Amino acid sequence: MLKIVVVGNGMVGHHYVEQLAAADVEAHITVIGGEDRPAYDRVHLSEFFSGRTPEDLALTTQEHYRELGVEAHFGDAVASIDRDKKTVSTVNGKQFAYDKLVLATGSYPFVPPVKGNDHESCLVYRTIDDLDNIQAQAQGSKVGVVVGGGLLGLECANAVKNLGLETHVVEFAPGLMGVQLDAGGSAMLRRKIEALDVKVHTSKATQVIEANADGDSRLIMRFADGSSLTTDMIVFSAGIRPFDQLARDCNLKVGERGGIEVDQQCKTSDNNIFAIGECALFDGRIFGLVAPGYRMAEVAASQLGHDSTTFQGADMSTKLKLLGVDVGSIGDAHGSEAGAVAYTFSDERIDVYKRLIVSADGKNLLGAVLVGDCSDYDTLLQYFLNGIALPTDPQTLILPYNAGGAPALGAAALPATATICSCHNVSKGDIVTAMDAGYCSLGEVKAETAASTGCGGCAALLKSIVDDELTSRGLEVNKAMCEHFNLTRQEMFHIIKVESIKSFAELIEKHGSGRGCEICKPTAASILASLWNDYVLEEKHVGLQDTNDTFLANMQKNGTYSIVPRIAGGEITPDKLIVLGQVAKKYKLYTKITGGQRIDLFGARVQHLPAIWQELIEAGFETGHAYGKALRTVKSCVGSTWCRYGVQDSVAMALYIENRYKGLRSPHKLKSAVSGCTRECAEAQSKDFGVIATENGWNLFVGGNGGMKPRHADLFATDLDDETLIKYIDRFLMFYVRTADRLQRTSVWMSNLEGGLEYLQQVIIEDSLGIGAELEEQMNNIVDTYQCEWKTTIEDPEKLKRFRQFVNSKAEDRDIIFVEERGQPRPATEEERIKILALSA
Amino acid sequence: MITALNTTEPKIIPLCGQSDLIPNSGICAAVGDQQIAIFFLPDETPQVYAIDNWDPVGKANVLARGIVGDVDGRLVVASPLYKQHFDLITGECLEDHQVSVATYSVTLLANQVQLSL
Ligand SMILES: Cc1cc2nc3c(=O)[nH]c(=O)nc-3n(C[C@H](O)[C@H](O)[C@H](O)COP(=O)(O)OP(=O)(O)OC[C@H]3O[C@@H](n4cnc5c(N)ncnc54)[C@H](O)[C@@H]3O)c2cc1C
Ligand code: SF4
Repeated sequence: MLKIVVVGNGMVGHHYVEQLAAADVEAHITVIGGEDRPAYDRVHLSEFFSGRTPEDLALTTQEHYRELGVEAHFGDAVASIDRDKKTVSTVNGKQFAYDKLVLATGSYPFVPPVKGNDHESCLVYRTIDDLDNIQAQAQGSKVGVVVGGGLLGLECANAVKNLGLETHVVEFAPGLMGVQLDAGGSAMLRRKIEALDVKVHTSKATQVIEANADGDSRLIMRFADGSSLTTDMIVFSAGIRPFDQLARDCNLKVGERGGIEVDQQCKTSDNNIFAIGECALFDGRIFGLVAPGYRMAEVAASQLGHDSTTFQGADMSTKLKLLGVDVGSIGDAHGSEAGAVAYTFSDERIDVYKRLIVSADGKNLLGAVLVGDCSDYDTLLQYFLNGIALPTDPQTLILPYNAGGAPALGAAALPATATICSCHNVSKGDIVTAMDAGYCSLGEVKAETAASTGCGGCAALLKSIVDDELTSRGLEVNKAMCEHFNLTRQEMFHIIKVESIKSFAELIEKHGSGRGCEICKPTAASILASLWNDYVLEEKHVGLQDTNDTFLANMQKNGTYSIVPRIAGGEITPDKLIVLGQVAKKYKLYTKITGGQRIDLFGARVQHLPAIWQELIEAGFETGHAYGKALRTVKSCVGSTWCRYGVQDSVAMALYIENRYKGLRSPHKLKSAVSGCTRECAEAQSKDFGVIATENGWNLFVGGNGGMKPRHADLFATDLDDETLIKYIDRFLMFYVRTADRLQRTSVWMSNLEGGLEYLQQVIIEDSLGIGAELEEQMNNIVDTYQCEWKTTIEDPEKLKRFRQFVNSKAEDRDIIFVEERGQPRPATEEERIKILALSA
Repeated sequence: MITALNTTEPKIIPLCGQSDLIPNSGICAAVGDQQIAIFFLPDETPQVYAIDNWDPVGKANVLARGIVGDVDGRLVVASPLYKQHFDLITGECLEDHQVSVATYSVTLLANQVQLSL
């Protein structure tokens, strides 16, 4: 069998292995990774500091490779290649033979050759281990310097700042991000970054780094111009250099300034050796982004199959947020082509800078720079990538809309070859093909093409293409909820709110037809509850509710119910625990601990529910709303009160959150958690909204989900104080309640939200829709009118009539039969039930 | 099961009072070992409907606790277990024509719900 050895298990090396495994090539694959761990997501490395663990960042595992039949070795780098014998040897002396060798060794951070750069407080920013070191060094530091004002340097500066250090950026060149930005864009970026209290020092050449013997700080940096800077730690992020020593040692062709030379097939000067990713030099260029690396991996893998493809270079346009500032760069930002014409728009009042570089004939976009506002990026990129003819007045593309700016390029104007999702290389044509094959909804298109499942930057564009295609196919998306209402949940919400509708009867008479059903009735009931918070068992509401809501308990398969009292934050006194045990014993209930840190009591007959709750309420319990589409639990870890690592009181915060939002009716159930530090023991990132303590306050995550389709929550805002945290959660929840579809969890709601996370941040944090105060008021209203539905119920003899098995008899339902298993009752199976009934007859 | 209730003469059995009913929802009455789900729809004629309480799909006595409504104009209750619809007049299961539940003739007379057999 063909022996393939892959050296380096970074993002690109891993992508190569996956491509090969998927292509079904008969081969034995051996992976040799120099780092201790399998490939992880380097692009999102900085999220390590906001609580992502190495496991979260992992792209694969040993087990996964084993399942693919891939042999993998980690923590032992390749030391040499013998091209004649076709073997590689590792540092620890292991040898592997290959037929084809793939070099995916990536690159390493460039550390300027300055005396003193080997001090233990001089660090780099490339691997998880590096970040561990930075975190450790930051512990005893007050000041941090980042050397390098490029893209990675500024990302690094953000991390240093978030670690709570006074942050400086030292750049050799006269401006920040010199590769991607022109002088004007660079100046605007500097202004914005300095406003965030990051000190920027440009045109500074470091000459020596000395230990600072006296004084509080550890180091002193001396610059060529005679100035100096004291600091506790230094992180070098001054560019990358390809890991090409292996190739040099065995005389493969390398570029003058480094990089293993490859051709269009990603082959090196040796026919049996490929090089891909950041170690490869194509056409005199290194591509320091992951997408081109992935393309190379695909090309190299395709050489072993039937349909070989070629690498044609890649576009290096980028859009990103640096220290919270939107920055975009497309094509040739410096206008170096002869005759190029530039248009510039700058508004210092709102700190926005935009520049277009247009060809001499005014027809084509050659480049663009955007700082402070990237909303035009998608449209401009499409003009650039697809050579779409520019309008006669190209400046309209960057002018504010009310100053004569042109609207965004419509989806219809894009050619089929237009790349929509560059992470997964999906073109407009691919999307149309998927829709031709019947995958017509946004969700289906995403699942089918993988578009917009990477960085998500193309979400808005993807949606407009799908919508546009649907319209042009004459397909109207049927948004009706059911046969009784030609409305979506959002529309129904709006109508009920605006017209102050208070009952289902009124709603269906004015806006629906027929009598309703099990879809529209509970939906209306939930909206009525979210808006007016009436008691759900009021006569006019009772027939609208699912059985669980009607009986305030969860129906199980044999018609009995389970009961989950609220145990806020998972905190419970021994006395209350004893009561739960006593009640369970008395009513012969099966007990189980839930994933949300509560106790579930199963097997209660409908006629026993009130008596059980009577006892629970007397002991101080409240309903847990486990039956409702409502806030369920707020899980917590013990936090700073007990835990050695905790930095905030996570239990107190969890209790506060749970007590605030308990009873809130929503489109689907809501779960939350609070962790006392970034070790994240409460698993807050798998919740609809999760809170993780930091040294300076709380990080808020939203849109997470466990269950069938797990989704990691998105980091929404960092270092919030208590008050701001609650304000954001208030707004987030109410906005979700208002705009989500029926039975749509926050995770799905967020992925369907046009504009995604960024849009949500604008609405909630910047209050871009001006509804912040209204959302908060609505939430306050719900909080103020909270009632324990069980308490209200047991106090009302009329309502208790509902909890009878039979209106005309005290008999029990004889079909409910339990058998014992592991010392507890469980429902009899159908066979057992029939047998037992026959015996008793 | 219905055969157990059959006698040759029509028989009237009082089940409950009107105040035991819940508007636009169901309750359950026992007749011997038989469980009957009774639905009270004040805006329809007639106002009361009765079918088996036993859900033949979910295999539990739960139909009285389902949500009532209409599908294509037919009055139905949706099983609270797996959401199949049962026609309140014919007992037919809309999702599976092989399955049906028994229906009973009930009347609301002088604030009394009566079953005629
Ligand atoms: C902080 C940060 C942020 C970034 N943000 C973005 C972004 O937003 N967008 C984007 O497109 N790109 C971004 N990048 C760049 C992106 O991460 C790289 O382009 C990508 O990781 C390159 O993948 P690779 O596999 O070629 O190299 P790497 O991921 O570096 O992997 C190479 C691996 O090979 C190993 N190796 C080296 N030599 C040997 C040897 N002799 N034997 C065995 N193993 C060896 C290395 O230890 C390493 O694990 C970012 C990078 C960093 C550091
Ligand atoms: S998250 Fe874990 S480590 Fe951190 S405070 Fe809570 S229990 Fe302790």
